[in-house]
Amino acid sequence: MTITAKRSGTVLRNGGRGLVDRVARVRELGIVIALAVLFGVTGAVNPQFLGLDSLRDILLNSSIIAMLAVGQTLVVITRNVDLSVSSVVGLSAFGGALILAENPGLPIVVVVAGCVLLGAACGAINGLLVGAAKVPALVATLGTLYAFRGIDYAWAGGLQVNAADMPESFLSLGSGSLLGFPLLALVAIVVLLAVGWMLRNLRSGRELYAIGSNPAAAVLAGIPVRKRVITAFVASGALAGLAGAMWAARFGTVDAGAATGKELDVIAAVVVGGVAIFGGSGTVYGAALGALLLTGISSALAVLRVDALAQTAINGALIIAAIVLDRLLALRVAATLRRRRHRDAT
Amino acid sequence: MTTRNVWRPLALVAGLALLATACGGTTRDDVAQQASASAAAPASSAAADPNAPIKPGLKIAFLPKQVNNPYFTIANGGGIEAAKEFGGEGKEVGPSEASASSQVSYINTLIQQKQDAIVISANDPNAVVPALKQAKDAGIKVVSYDSDTAPEGRDLFVNQASAEDLGRTEVQLLAEQIGHKGKIAILSATPNATNQNTWIEFMKDELTKPEYKDMELVKVAYGNDEDQKSFTETQGLLRAYPDLAGIISPTTVGIAAAARYLSDSSFKGKVKLTGLGTPNQLRKFVKDGTIDGFELWSPGDLGYLASYAAAALASGQISGAEGEKFKAGKLGEYTIGAKGEILLGKPTVFTKDNIDDFDF
Repeated sequence: MTITAKRSGTVLRNGGRGLVDRVARVRELGIVIALAVLFGVTGAVNPQFLGLDSLRDILLNSSIIAMLAVGQTLVVITRNVDLSVSSVVGLSAFGGALILAENPGLPIVVVVAGCVLLGAACGAINGLLVGAAKVPALVATLGTLYAFRGIDYAWAGGLQVNAADMPESFLSLGSGSLLGFPLLALVAIVVLLAVGWMLRNLRSGRELYAIGSNPAAAVLAGIPVRKRVITAFVASGALAGLAGAMWAARFGTVDAGAATGKELDVIAAVVVGGVAIFGGSGTVYGAALGALLLTGISSALAVLRVDALAQTAINGALIIAAIVLDRLLALRVAATLRRRRHRDAT
Repeated sequence: MTTRNVWRPLALVAGLALLATACGGTTRDDVAQQASASAAAPASSAAADPNAPIKPGLKIAFLPKQVNNPYFTIANGGGIEAAKEFGGEGKEVGPSEASASSQVSYINTLIQQKQDAIVISANDPNAVVPALKQAKDAGIKVVSYDSDTAPEGRDLFVNQASAEDLGRTEVQLLAEQIGHKGKIAILSATPNATNQNTWIEFMKDELTKPEYKDMELVKVAYGNDEDQKSFTETQGLLRAYPDLAGIISPTTVGIAAAARYLSDSSFKGKVKLTGLGTPNQLRKFVKDGTIDGFELWSPGDLGYLASYAAAALASGQISGAEGEKFKAGKLGEYTIGAKGEILLGKPTVFTKDNIDDFDF
């Protein structure tokens, strides 16, 4: 921050470099370049990959993970983690689908709102465990990961809700489009922009970063740490609840196992997106781009006719490559800025 | 203070000794002994009496790959219903996650509970064998269904449909739908799924016949029985092979995901989809024209037959030898085939004309 607020003389002296600087300082630059490389290379091999239909599919595929990654970012910024998201998605997806199947007349808005509330309630449990009872987030949410999934299993008891059981209007939420733009992606983008704005501009948003940077100092500075942490978990839970409703609409067939294991994808997206796992820095935009990159990689591998058995390994290698690329770029930019500041100071 | 310090190394030694004995628990010798013990067991009980009545109050436990899987809920429902018919007591237990080792602790518990028979669908054909051998040594009859264990782990295997029938008929179904011409792909479960891999081998063999000379299998993709992954793989197949004519998905999760994707895409009706699925799951897609026809055996009948087979074993009607016959309630009489296998029957093909006659 101090660098940007420097004497305007430097910028005036070479205005062109000022723009380059500003772009280079964007934390998400590395991930954007990785995305460009991925789409460029895959598109060159198989132009079908860059077709409208294909891009729409990739956007749709990443929407749910991106939304979960946005929620997860809120929690991770405060130096916590929410492992239970996949179970909340599963619980909400199954609950929403079952209630719709049993009461086809129910307005869809009510069902979706119910899913969000259910998610928020799960998030509140996490928040109270971590914020009030001071259980480490890793342990608390690992526990609720199993607990929520267990409730889901007990509720479902082996039942499955099928596409034929749900009203067409609900299913079209998962596949329909508004003015040619997929609805699901639109919801994710609205959520992303709203949360992004709040984190950047609201006092409570900035306080989340302060808590993650230095929890002890945040307390001394008079930040209501407990309240903020609980809020972050509730928000993550609510978004997971919404994602659950979207999951049911998109896949049509839902049983108690829905979204099992997705928490790792979400956390990977957050970390790939440049959010520091120890809190205090990172943006939701990065996390959403991370989700886009991860789903882009698996879509690309499927399109590139890569040997199916090698896919998982290549997927992992590409994720590591993306992080390394991002890290190298960040270090390089930091070093350049440091050198220049040193030179300007003398 | 000093006494505590004296005890400390002693405790350490004791701990190490315990550890060493624990590690030595299953040496090769032990396993060999167990193997020979169970090999001897069938010989002693070989005197089967086909006219023996089914014993009342038999306790039969169903151990599926995972509970909460709708397919197994139906299958085990059929099994528990059969148990009620012959005056026994059926129950379902099992892991919530279909991993290789997750069933072992359930088998151990069932041994302690002194069940009369265990009916199991193995997540891994070999991982459960040592535990099942212990069960057999304890006098418990073991019947595998849906997914077989290694033969030494069970007395009988109730096969839902012969792998050969399933593999070949799926190719025949798709060939009719695409007019015996064009590129086809397979969307399977996980790369190491025993059932799917066997079926795929028979599909490949069927495709070598002259009537399929214009059909080409371009890729076997793996959706890992996950919704998202199956979606992505389906999309990948359609993009990588723009002139794809049809997809066979021999897994219920895969075919449902592929159908859901196709039904909303421009490929609907153009790219044919067939495979294994349940009527309830695919009813919508058969009616809206995404799927012309698919097939499956009746999972309820599978559990029902396995339940009767277990009861017949536990009552001494059969010993598991080839050629023995037993009655399975409403399904009629069955004969044990080679390697202790019982075949349920031919799969049923579901189309828009008959799908409303089925509810599972």
